[in-house]
Amino acid sequence: MSFDAPELELQQFRSRLLVAGAFILVCFGLLVARFGWLQISRFDYYHTRAEDNRIALVPVTPNRGLILDRDGEVLARNYAAYTLEIAPTHFRQADELFDQLQSVVDITARDRRRFRKILEESRNFDSVPIRIRLSDEEVARFVARRFEFEGVEVRARLFRDYPNGDLASHVIGYIGRINERDLDRIAARDAAANYRGTEHIGKVGLEQSYEEELHGITGFEEVEVDAGGRAVRQLRRTPPISGNNLVLTLDRGLQRVAENAFDGRRGALVAIDPATGGVLALVSSPTFDPNLFVDGISTQDWNALNNSPDHPLLNRALASANPPGSTFKPFMALAALTAGKRTPEQVIADPGYFDFGGHRFRDDKVGGHGLVDMYASIAFSCNTYYYRLAADLGIEQIATFMGSFGLGSRTGVDLEGEANGVLPSPEWKRKRFRRVEQQKWFAGETISVGIGQGYNAYTPIQLASAVATLAADGVRFRPHLVRYVEDVSTGSRRVIEPEPLTRLPLAPRHVEFIKHAMEGVNLEGTGRRAFKDAGYRVAGKTGTAQVFSLRGATYRERQVRERLRDHSLYIAFAPVEKPAIALAVLVENGGFGSQAAAPIARQVLDYYLLGIDPAQPALADEAASDEIEPSAPAGEVAR
Amino acid sequence: MTERRFDPRRLVIGLLEPIDPILLMVLCLLLGYAFTLMASASPARMESQMINSAVAVVVMWIAARLPVQRILSLAPPVYLLGVLLLVAVALFGETSKGAQRWLDVGVARIQPSEIMKIAVPLMLAWYFHHREGAIGGRDFVAASVLLVIPVALIVRQPDLGTALLVAAAGFFVLFFAGLSWKLIAPVAVAGIVGVGSIVGFGDRICQPEVDWVVLHGYQKNRVCTLLDPTSDPLGKGFHIIQSTIAIGSGGLAGKGWRDGTQTHLAFIPERHTDFIFAVLGEEFGFFGACLLVFLYIALITRGLVIAMAAPTLSARLLAGAVTMIFFTYAFVNMGMVSGILPVVGVPLPFISYGGTALVTLCLGLGILMSIQRARLLAKKT
Repeated sequence: MSFDAPELELQQFRSRLLVAGAFILVCFGLLVARFGWLQISRFDYYHTRAEDNRIALVPVTPNRGLILDRDGEVLARNYAAYTLEIAPTHFRQADELFDQLQSVVDITARDRRRFRKILEESRNFDSVPIRIRLSDEEVARFVARRFEFEGVEVRARLFRDYPNGDLASHVIGYIGRINERDLDRIAARDAAANYRGTEHIGKVGLEQSYEEELHGITGFEEVEVDAGGRAVRQLRRTPPISGNNLVLTLDRGLQRVAENAFDGRRGALVAIDPATGGVLALVSSPTFDPNLFVDGISTQDWNALNNSPDHPLLNRALASANPPGSTFKPFMALAALTAGKRTPEQVIADPGYFDFGGHRFRDDKVGGHGLVDMYASIAFSCNTYYYRLAADLGIEQIATFMGSFGLGSRTGVDLEGEANGVLPSPEWKRKRFRRVEQQKWFAGETISVGIGQGYNAYTPIQLASAVATLAADGVRFRPHLVRYVEDVSTGSRRVIEPEPLTRLPLAPRHVEFIKHAMEGVNLEGTGRRAFKDAGYRVAGKTGTAQVFSLRGATYRERQVRERLRDHSLYIAFAPVEKPAIALAVLVENGGFGSQAAAPIARQVLDYYLLGIDPAQPALADEAASDEIEPSAPAGEVAR
Repeated sequence: MTERRFDPRRLVIGLLEPIDPILLMVLCLLLGYAFTLMASASPARMESQMINSAVAVVVMWIAARLPVQRILSLAPPVYLLGVLLLVAVALFGETSKGAQRWLDVGVARIQPSEIMKIAVPLMLAWYFHHREGAIGGRDFVAASVLLVIPVALIVRQPDLGTALLVAAAGFFVLFFAGLSWKLIAPVAVAGIVGVGSIVGFGDRICQPEVDWVVLHGYQKNRVCTLLDPTSDPLGKGFHIIQSTIAIGSGGLAGKGWRDGTQTHLAFIPERHTDFIFAVLGEEFGFFGACLLVFLYIALITRGLVIAMAAPTLSARLLAGAVTMIFFTYAFVNMGMVSGILPVVGVPLPFISYGGTALVTLCLGLGILMSIQRARLLAKKT
């Protein structure tokens, strides 16, 4: 009978319960002893620390690093201004308090809304702003009557300012108030302590991607606080360390010329220095004013930006992937030369169409271009030449070659939000589609890929990087916007080294020939009108991308027609003999590449190479003289 | 019954039937204390904490009505589900504050590690129940494996606090089932030596270049901060410095309700959740702290009495382990806020704001009540 065992177990269990009970009493005894020590023996000490001298550790926010263009022109800076703030203890009576304050400073309905919104975002606040940017007069009025308002204080704080307004806003980005998601990210990199006292964080653009460089290290001071929570005396201070400055490869003047050249049209432009991968200009048009976001954007402004059919908040240069159209052709030709499928001299007869698999692929020019060699196929953009070439090369070979130029994958530029684009291949199709019948690659699809249509979709920055790679004879650099990071206190610079990603095994004579043909585009081909009498040697290629689908909501009839128009593209680099700039331009619904995109490229190249400023031809150099000194640090926060 | 007329008296009796009056009374006192503190620390959260409490009490009532055998029979599926969910979290969980703890199941985000606080002791009790009368060394090995799997998964998230609670809960089942002292003693000695050496050589091993191998960087920081809070006064040390000041300045009788300067000048971080004990210590002083300790002792004593008298082995083990969970929560939290234990994310049981922990704890109470009810029913027959 197994009666004994459970009986034994029961006895053992009871003895163990007694042991556990004793353990619990010891542990709780320990706790009570600790409480006794803290609250009775050391009461005087802690009482003094908490009651008489309330020592507050006040974080001192570091100055955020500046963002400067390649010549030190300021793109993002800080300025000090007074704010009216309230300590968290006094939130309860906020509404009454606001009514009273109204007699001293002007508090708008928007200020109240913002105050409530900040309160709702759960965060441990040091204090919450009621009004920002007080005038000197308002500060004086408040200080005279400050004892009427318990818990309210005037503080000098730093604000972010983008002095150029909407210029380069997609590059610079903006900062905004820290929200729940930002907090998670801060906690993830174990930086919560460093963000005490910091209210803003980079949300988009370089402000976001270089947040860790720009932020700096928070200092703190021990201050004596009186019963109302007001600082009375400073005891000890560990100064903050300012964030690092970013000096960009971007040229502010070039950026302005490029943005103006778009004249409000939708599109993008990326200009790269082929020798380093440094981005000289990055335009996404239309643009927006980042200053709107710094203190929380108003609903009105937000709706205007967010609901606009032009999507000004979208960074088209990085995120908008489109078929490259005929700008694909020089790369196709180079692929054919490299693979030995064509020689430059080989001539085809173009009747104006190419029959393949029972389908007739047409050329733009009715009746065809006649006898076409490789030079003519690029200069005059002959589709038939590339239909046949695509069939000869095959999709696998095309995909491998284009992939080596970085097409269809993120370039790794130091901004977030890059799209992958689509480098079409049978493998891509297998991954992209779920249904088996959609996964099969049809030979006919290769034909339209050959002229840059079909599934092809690349972002402007990918195209620009590919052109730069061609200009640099096959050396591809990671595009980057930051030239060096500057430590403000020591003045030391950390240069972002040009990072060659690949050196493509291209034969120099092949590359020379393609460059020669692309120069022909602007001398006698499709780009000749845009580049008439250019004072430098420029290689280029026009492109026109078909728009297949209509995005978004319903538009009026005229607009519908406009938005169904083809995208206009242009790629170029110059000077041909020693390329200093390579670029890609996209104008959405701009029609032919030679009509909309090429003239923009001309203005940009004229400015960069010849210093011709279309806005103020003679005043180009004087424009910058009234700007503030970039190296002068903004005033430190006074407490 | 022929008469179906509504009788409020019978309804109340029926509702209260599965409830243990002593546990209910202590719970009510604890919740009352919690609301008093919440009204001071974070009045805005009163309403939602009341809803949390109502849900938790309903959960407790349902658990109390279920027969113990029924609860035990749920152990394997709940345990298995918990482990699967933990694996799912590791594979595609959401990262929040640097740790993967949450799983988004469409309707809500759930934290599977929370389930394991009850599921692990339940599972182990179920296992020993099936080995009743013939428990040998091999069973302890098997039970340890059942315990280590979820604990390891939770440690990996990383969530040391919850892992500690789950491990403790499982350990107590093993302990009550008769785990040999020969095994317990060396571990205890090793622990004491380990803690002793950390305290003794704190300066040297807290140097930034020393890697602690088993612990994450942030966990090392917490231990080091405990040894010398002033080393990081703005970050992790801030919690401990401010909460000890709050408690210490409370004195014998406290500064009075809503008059805690530390609390109301916002020196106490997370004053409505993990650090609510600092508010209590400051506003109600030594007496208030002792009152809370007394309430916990009352709760735990009642739990141990229920365990002592429980009719079956599994019920005994379960009751003992659940009771010890309450103890672990209370001790770890108060220990960390008063600065004798490192900061780990453990709430003050029944007092801290937050629904998940409250529901788990009330489920534990419900299980205790169900065990007590089983004994009473057994007596009657």
